[in-house]
Amino acid sequence: MSTTIIWTIAIIALLGLVLAVVLYLVAERFKVVEDPRIDEVEKVMPGANCGGCGFAGCRAFADAAVKAPNLDNNYCPVGGNEVMKKVAAILGYEIKEKAPMVAVVRCNGSCEARPRTNDYDGYASCRVKAALYSGDTGCSFGCLGCGDCVSACQFGALSMDPATGLPVVDESKCTACGACAKACPKAIIELRPKGPRGMRMYVSCVNKDKGPSVKQACANACIGCGICFKTCQHGAIVFENNVAYIDPAKCKFCRECEAMCPTGAIHGVNFPKPIDKDAIKARIKERNAKAAEAAKAAAAEPKKEEA
Amino acid sequence: MEKLLVSPSPHIHASVSTKSLMRDVVLALLPAAIVSIVFYGIGEIVVLGTSVISCLVLEYLITKYLLKKECSVGDWSAVVTGLLLALNLPASTPWWVVFAGAVVAIGVAKMTFGGLGQNVFNPALVGRVFLLVSFPTYMTNWQIPGGLFGADAVAGATPLGVIKEGLLGGAQLSDLTAQYNWSDMLFANIGGSAGEISALALLAGFGYLLLRKVVRPYITLSIWATVAIVSLAFSLAAPDKFTGPLFNLLAGGMILGSCFMATDYVTSPMSILGGIIFGIGIGFITMMIRYFGSYPEGMSFAILIMNATVPLLNNWFHQKKYGRA
Amino acid sequence: MSRRTFSMGGVHPADNKISRDCKIEVLPIPETVYIHLGQHIGAPAKPIVAVGDKVKVGQPVAEPGGFVSAYIHSSVSGTVKSIAPRKDLAGNPQMCIEIAVEGDEWLEGIDTTDTVITDFPDDAKTSLEKIKAAGIVGLGGATFPTHVKLTPPPGKKCDMLIINGCECEPYLTSDFRTLLEKGEQVAIGAAIIKNVLGVDKATIAIEDNKPEAIKHMNEVLANLRKISSKYAGISVMSLMKKYPEGGEKQLIDAVMHRQVASGGLPIDVGAVVQNVATALAVYDAVQKNKPIIDNSVTVTGECFPKQANLLVRVGTPLRYIIDYLGGMPADAAKVISGGPMMGKAIANLDAATLKGTSALLFLTKKQTARGKEGNCIRCGKCAEACPMGLEPFLLNRLSRAGGMLDQLEKNAVQDCIECGCCLYSCPANIPLLDVIRQSKAQVMGVIKARAAAKK
Repeated sequence: MSTTIIWTIAIIALLGLVLAVVLYLVAERFKVVEDPRIDEVEKVMPGANCGGCGFAGCRAFADAAVKAPNLDNNYCPVGGNEVMKKVAAILGYEIKEKAPMVAVVRCNGSCEARPRTNDYDGYASCRVKAALYSGDTGCSFGCLGCGDCVSACQFGALSMDPATGLPVVDESKCTACGACAKACPKAIIELRPKGPRGMRMYVSCVNKDKGPSVKQACANACIGCGICFKTCQHGAIVFENNVAYIDPAKCKFCRECEAMCPTGAIHGVNFPKPIDKDAIKARIKERNAKAAEAAKAAAAEPKKEEA
Repeated sequence: MEKLLVSPSPHIHASVSTKSLMRDVVLALLPAAIVSIVFYGIGEIVVLGTSVISCLVLEYLITKYLLKKECSVGDWSAVVTGLLLALNLPASTPWWVVFAGAVVAIGVAKMTFGGLGQNVFNPALVGRVFLLVSFPTYMTNWQIPGGLFGADAVAGATPLGVIKEGLLGGAQLSDLTAQYNWSDMLFANIGGSAGEISALALLAGFGYLLLRKVVRPYITLSIWATVAIVSLAFSLAAPDKFTGPLFNLLAGGMILGSCFMATDYVTSPMSILGGIIFGIGIGFITMMIRYFGSYPEGMSFAILIMNATVPLLNNWFHQKKYGRA
Repeated sequence: MSRRTFSMGGVHPADNKISRDCKIEVLPIPETVYIHLGQHIGAPAKPIVAVGDKVKVGQPVAEPGGFVSAYIHSSVSGTVKSIAPRKDLAGNPQMCIEIAVEGDEWLEGIDTTDTVITDFPDDAKTSLEKIKAAGIVGLGGATFPTHVKLTPPPGKKCDMLIINGCECEPYLTSDFRTLLEKGEQVAIGAAIIKNVLGVDKATIAIEDNKPEAIKHMNEVLANLRKISSKYAGISVMSLMKKYPEGGEKQLIDAVMHRQVASGGLPIDVGAVVQNVATALAVYDAVQKNKPIIDNSVTVTGECFPKQANLLVRVGTPLRYIIDYLGGMPADAAKVISGGPMMGKAIANLDAATLKGTSALLFLTKKQTARGKEGNCIRCGKCAEACPMGLEPFLLNRLSRAGGMLDQLEKNAVQDCIECGCCLYSCPANIPLLDVIRQSKAQVMGVIKARAAAKK
């Protein structure tokens, strides 16, 4: 009896030993030599594997960052400057700080504003719908409302508002990875700088049609009237293809364009105070009057001299 | 202005739905159910009723309160499971045993995987096998059909059981098989679970399914062919030990299993070649269990074992594509 | 009954050819036509008229914008009002030439009589030039420029010309009526194409649900053979009715028992397929100097008050056709351009017809609304129905999983011909084709990018 036990123990011990040696040898033989900094960088990454940086996941980013000569082309939008500083510290590189970004939905054609002309009866996907036709409304540029952006978002930052039929971005959750912008077949989602204290101005419309037909299709659309362009004192408004665009680098948040926009297509968000359109309009009127006077005076002055 | 409906093509749909397919299967099982009621009487009504009703109620309760999904009772699949389970049980099974079988079939084998279309194993068979190993006394209490209005049914073993017991007891195979002739087996004159007794009613139902193009015949035919070949080979090699093809094709759950359980959409392969291999596997395993196993019947086990190989078969065998070698 | 058909898959939707007895009727010319510049596969045509120009019927108004492109002609006489984007039937803006109709004055040289001219030029080049100048595109649905298709790449030899008279889509009858009423012209057109290709054999393939057409074409060909030896080698073949028989690859399989390899062209197996309407257009172009300015359109649907086969000028507003036949029925929920299996649902009735418009089909909500999507029950009916031998259930699963393009390519999603058999036969109403079409586009993109990178 006892000899059986002893033999059993001996054989199993021996077997364990032999296998351990084999495992060790195999592990040594197939060892992959990796830069240990890749692991270090990966540790400080957000770990979302969202692909917002352009790489397949956080480890792929870490690998690329370690191999790159500098960090100019590698930036993790999710981690932002904070994470990138850590990465730079590990690798001994400098980083260019970037302004934090946020996804902005550039369509405000809500259900009320855009009368429906068609009903859709197919697979609920914006891509499928976009390949088929222009959408359920007269606007062939706006949101299709099937929520491809919502399903593309890994951070739960997007949701469809049932009242408007448009996606809503939760700024606190948005990491600016850009997945929604890529998923949208109409390209209405744009990554824009978050702005000081979150303040942002943007044109919430991308319709390139001419004014009258746009007006018919959607009450909230940019009709390309150009009033904002004329109003803006900072040259921040780019006017192209019948639609206005606010250059975030030049915008000074004066909100004059927002006050003047006849359709309400220009949105200002996260301002401490609600907009007082009348006050701004009065201000613009005053300024214009002064400018007109000055112009008159300027025109009149040389006459005096002549006289 | 009128609002036009827009959708990708195609714009029309065949008049077929999950519901209509399941209803066809129910219709196809009705002859067998009626025959077994006629032969077994009240007991069978209790088994059938309990099984179908508890399957429906369980599916309703589970989808509504546990999974909180949309209720799927309307698709008739629970009725199919209930009918198949009942036809796999002896008519003398007490209602609470049937109910336990339904709980396992619907609750464990179907719903834990996500409901219709997601399950790996045939729910009715899982229910049956669960009962077979848990309540062997009830599950082997077979009756020789007495009839709805006739004399009381006589308790007795199934042909497969009689032969297995007999052979173990040293009896001669020829003496044992002499008590069964194939016309009795076709016309419900043998002992067995409700669905095993009338091959003809089951075949009629299967014919209906083929006619309606609900199922394809490949799986069934390949099971039959395998069973025939295997039993022919064995019975020729040792006629005193192994039963022959005709007996094996008609006895036990062969017809019910090959026509209705193995051809279950969800748990059978999608391609024709995969289906044929699936059928060969079922036929072979069944015969091995019948000849060498400790259970007299192996159909349920064979189907469940082959169910497990379906994902692999689906991965390996694809149908022939146009313009590709 | 013929048993000859393609070798895999296919479905049998109800025929519903309720307009089969309606003679082709000439639709009065509308007040304004809108002629699209992109009526064919390939580069859009470039306009060669200016706003304010006077044009005549048959006058070219746009020239090909590339190698795979086609001429476009004015279908009416009048004044060019504008050249601007206009919403097409899908609601997407497309460049259109708007012409206000004044009278019906034809360009000189076009033979507008009904006389059938059986003798055609032997010189293939003359015919091909005329086909190109007439702006002929495949009228079976793909609208591929015909002159390109009739110029096989060097080294490829054509063994057989197939004239596609299957019209396997339910409801459609315009090809059937054309065969019955203009059978002679179609046969002559077929002979011209055969001559251009320099091929010995031509087959007019017709499904056996159109016995009148088969009989008529046999008679027509017998008569023509008596007139000239040029008509030898053209025969009629009866095929078993099954959708999608009229699909190019399926038709070649049915007629010649040859299969076009994945990514290949019909010419690789020695086949060229042309539609019946295309053959008629070729006849018109070569024998009558008449470009494509009109085409026959079936207007049908159980809910539509009047069934009709109309000869419609290209660019006629859809609403004009509907109003001519009694207006939009109240219970019509969907209007389809083409047949119910592959046609496009129309989102905008203000759009105009194109060269390739073959039908306007009206369906009620009951006939067309999709059922609620259920769980896949793995019945395999989609795979059974697929005429390309694909496994739609698998492609659907891979597509929805996302990022499985290599697997999708391996399972041949790029071979999908978008015939709709899978979705048609799915008992669980899973939008298989909607999803697969999307993946197909993505995989095709990958394949194209790879081919470009190789070059």
